[in-house]
Amino acid sequence: MPETDRHSILICTIAAWMGSAGLGDAANTDQQKFDQIEKGRYLATVADCFACHTVPDVGKPYAGARAIETPFGVITSSNITPDADTGIGAWSDEQFVDAVRRGVRPDGSRLYPAMPFPSYTRMSREDVLAIRAYLTTIEPVHQPVKSNTLPFPFNIREAMRAWDALYFTEGEFQADKRQSETWNRGAYLVQGAGHCGACHTPKSFLGGDKISEGLRGSPLQGWFAPDITGDTGEGLGRWSEGDIVSYLKTGHNRITAATGPMAEEVADSTSRYNDDDLKAIATYLKSLPQRADQAATPQPESSPVMRAGQAIYRDQCSACHGLDGNGIAMLFPSLAKSSLVHASDPTSAIRLVLRGGRSVATPAEPTAPGMPSFAWQLNDEQVAAVLTYVRNAWLTTGTPVAASTVSANRNQLRARSD
Amino acid sequence: MPRKLPKKDVVIIGLGWTGSIMANELTDEGLDVIAIERGPWRDAPTQFPPNYVQDELRYRIRHELFLRPDQLTFTFRNKMDQTALPIRDWGSFMPPNGVGGGGVHWNAETWRFLPSDFVLRSHLTERYGASFLPEDMTIQDWGVTYDDLEPHYDAFEYLCGTSGTAGNLRGRIQDGGNPFEGPRSRPYPTPAQKQPFSHTLFAKAARDLGYKPFPQPSGNLSQAYVNPLGLRLGPCTYCGFCEWFGCGNYSKASPQTTILPLLLRKSNFSGRDQSEVIRIDLDRSRSHATGVTFVDTGGVEWEQPADLVILSAYTMFNVQLLLHSGIGAPYDPTANKGVIGRNFTHQTISSVNGFFDNKKFNFNPFIASGAIGMCIDEFNGDNFDHGPHGFVGGGYVGQVQTGGRPIQTTHVPPGTPKWGAAWKNAVRDNYLSTVTPGTGVHGSFYSYRDVYLDLDPTYKDRLGRPLMRMTIDFHDNELKQNAFLTDKFAEIIQAMGAHTVDKLYRKGPYDATEYQTTHLNGGAIMGTDPSTSAINRYLQSWDVPNLFVMGASAFPQNSGYNPTGTVAALAYWAAAAIRGQYLKNPGPLVHA
Repeated sequence: MPETDRHSILICTIAAWMGSAGLGDAANTDQQKFDQIEKGRYLATVADCFACHTVPDVGKPYAGARAIETPFGVITSSNITPDADTGIGAWSDEQFVDAVRRGVRPDGSRLYPAMPFPSYTRMSREDVLAIRAYLTTIEPVHQPVKSNTLPFPFNIREAMRAWDALYFTEGEFQADKRQSETWNRGAYLVQGAGHCGACHTPKSFLGGDKISEGLRGSPLQGWFAPDITGDTGEGLGRWSEGDIVSYLKTGHNRITAATGPMAEEVADSTSRYNDDDLKAIATYLKSLPQRADQAATPQPESSPVMRAGQAIYRDQCSACHGLDGNGIAMLFPSLAKSSLVHASDPTSAIRLVLRGGRSVATPAEPTAPGMPSFAWQLNDEQVAAVLTYVRNAWLTTGTPVAASTVSANRNQLRARSD
Repeated sequence: MPRKLPKKDVVIIGLGWTGSIMANELTDEGLDVIAIERGPWRDAPTQFPPNYVQDELRYRIRHELFLRPDQLTFTFRNKMDQTALPIRDWGSFMPPNGVGGGGVHWNAETWRFLPSDFVLRSHLTERYGASFLPEDMTIQDWGVTYDDLEPHYDAFEYLCGTSGTAGNLRGRIQDGGNPFEGPRSRPYPTPAQKQPFSHTLFAKAARDLGYKPFPQPSGNLSQAYVNPLGLRLGPCTYCGFCEWFGCGNYSKASPQTTILPLLLRKSNFSGRDQSEVIRIDLDRSRSHATGVTFVDTGGVEWEQPADLVILSAYTMFNVQLLLHSGIGAPYDPTANKGVIGRNFTHQTISSVNGFFDNKKFNFNPFIASGAIGMCIDEFNGDNFDHGPHGFVGGGYVGQVQTGGRPIQTTHVPPGTPKWGAAWKNAVRDNYLSTVTPGTGVHGSFYSYRDVYLDLDPTYKDRLGRPLMRMTIDFHDNELKQNAFLTDKFAEIIQAMGAHTVDKLYRKGPYDATEYQTTHLNGGAIMGTDPSTSAINRYLQSWDVPNLFVMGASAFPQNSGYNPTGTVAALAYWAAAAIRGQYLKNPGPLVHA
């Protein structure tokens, strides 16, 4: 073991030295700065750079080439290892800061917002430079990446200038003096490095954030990223701060479990946050206000669809999720309280019934229980009925799920490999 | 020549209960461990999800989870002067296959053996005199005691979250538990499962007759549980599909639910499925294993070198692999010499069906779990005076009905026509009001000189290796024991209020086509004397000290309990010896 460790340290050291372009550039980060590098390692984890800039399971961390699905087509992530030719080894610190905080590449062209620079702009320059400092210490990988694989007209980067004008507000996070330090730390993480809004904030038809509906839930990659505000209907209003911390730390809490894209986020990123930061995030999210819109009208228990849904639920779902819909804490999600179930957009709930799902395994919660697919067993009407039931049983209210919606989702899922 | 793989610290043959336990223990020790499994990878939510695993035709009748005899089978005969023929469809036992092994399809009845079981020959000789035992009975002491194993029974029960009521807590007898059990250091991790109506009625009848009924210890959990590895189990839903089936509800303890999710996270563990180990490789001295050779599904042979070999397959495959690898002297019953194949045993199972007035009794028999049940232990082991009865051994008896699955739960009173309208009517009339305990009489099977395993002289497997031959029959001692226990059991069923009691005695000859249990034991037994045992008290091969052999193949004879608790306790015991002694000074842990 010691042999291997020494070996890898040696490679990294040499690599960093070879990879630094512009020898003796006084403006660039000093690699002796352990504090800065360690801070950068943590912030790179918080920002989850790894997730997009690494193809899973091929052993080339941060070398890019991962396909990122967007509503406008597929973008391929860039190589952010310190390789001088194909990575960011030749970039100056200033160029790195511009890319991360302004979405501007060294050649002056614009990044697509698949790179969440509209969030990262809230990070301090100091924090971004810390990430840069860390990235100079990782192993360089020579891997050219053709990043722009979007179809016309989205492949015209120049168009991004207009997009930036519409949707991008540059500027570092400004603390709200009326709020606690904890709240401000949480807001900084959620709005900045954590870029929660990238998935959870509703998007305009051009993919820009609808600022007024921040974190109120948005569809992505065949899922619906639920409302994570303090809303008691669809959001985290009925979660305690401890529930939020447990979810982000372990992937599980007494109500639900992380699955789909959030499972990856928990495994690669939030499970590695420090506890104070998770508490800060919980404080901030819980403070986001209730929705103004009206709650759905409850479905009468005696309606045919509710009765059919209840019968299916008892046969197929109750063994794990319980007759009372409460599941088993940390093992089987509570459908009575799950925000995936009660989201205004039922995409995730439909997907879980049709495809099944696997929750995330973390060091604290290694069980990673899964749910089977019911696509072969329940037709569209039956899936619609059982989901309408769970959205309206146990004193909850939700809009009914239509069989045609299930049908559309079923067709879309057929085409998805993930 | 096999292709050679990079050397590992440990190679484990078979990733069932004992393979998983050893892999977890030895990776905790920092060793680099690889497990090689003949069957497929199996994961609870993927391979046995709760929305289709309750399929009696697929899993019970068609043996979905078990080894296909086309891949490997055995030959069978009752007597030494007969010609054995290959088993072409499994019957009296079900060889497991695939990750999780028997731990996937078991009922999760999680018993401890009696303290006297481990010193059986000395105990019986002392109490009744040597001449009380049949001359050809070859029972032995184990070389390990209940007290040695107690912490390891405890470890397994807490791994599984076993549900039960303690009967003997550090020497103090507890109400509601089994008063005959050995002292346990702490209570079961979870309370006993709730009992359905017929099981409760059985307990009442037994109590009225002066017995002390108690709930069967169950690996189907009464409540949610998190085990010491941080893995979570859920409460059993009493669906009645345990034995033959995997559990996708996370409520049956199995390697999948209690060990593997954690094991797979360890960087010093790796596994290969669909890879059948065909030989344990030895160096020129024949006293040191260099690793194993396995064959993949493409027929390619691979050599996996390792410093330590853990043989943790099913009883039969353990013995077969030792015979094929030339480790230990094959047993010769005529000369009464040799060790590999010696003291092969099974179980002596019978049942009693009770038919009740369907206007007064509705048992809803489908509400059950694999290890549900109320039992009595008055007639197990040497818990009663065998002097007047002329046999030794015994078993627990109990209402342990595991469900009302539609194909096989069609019991009808004696005398009913076997087909047609009259049979259908009888099935309908009796389904809800019949007590069918299945393995209600769970008797011991002691060892004999002419019950053994060896290599068949005629039949070969697909790789050209001789099949292993089973020579097995019931002896008078076991048949007497069974008649006695079955009669006692029937008295209780009668006292429950049955109008008709159908005693289904176990009768000879041993029938390889009728299911008893999968509790085959022996053939590579543990002991204190290398001339009558294959492995020492730490499950270490006498002949090849860097080989440890797990499993019920170590049992010198079988007790009147389900074996898994003891199999797992022995694995923990061996793991402790490897971690505490062997690794510091690799070599024989016992000098004969």
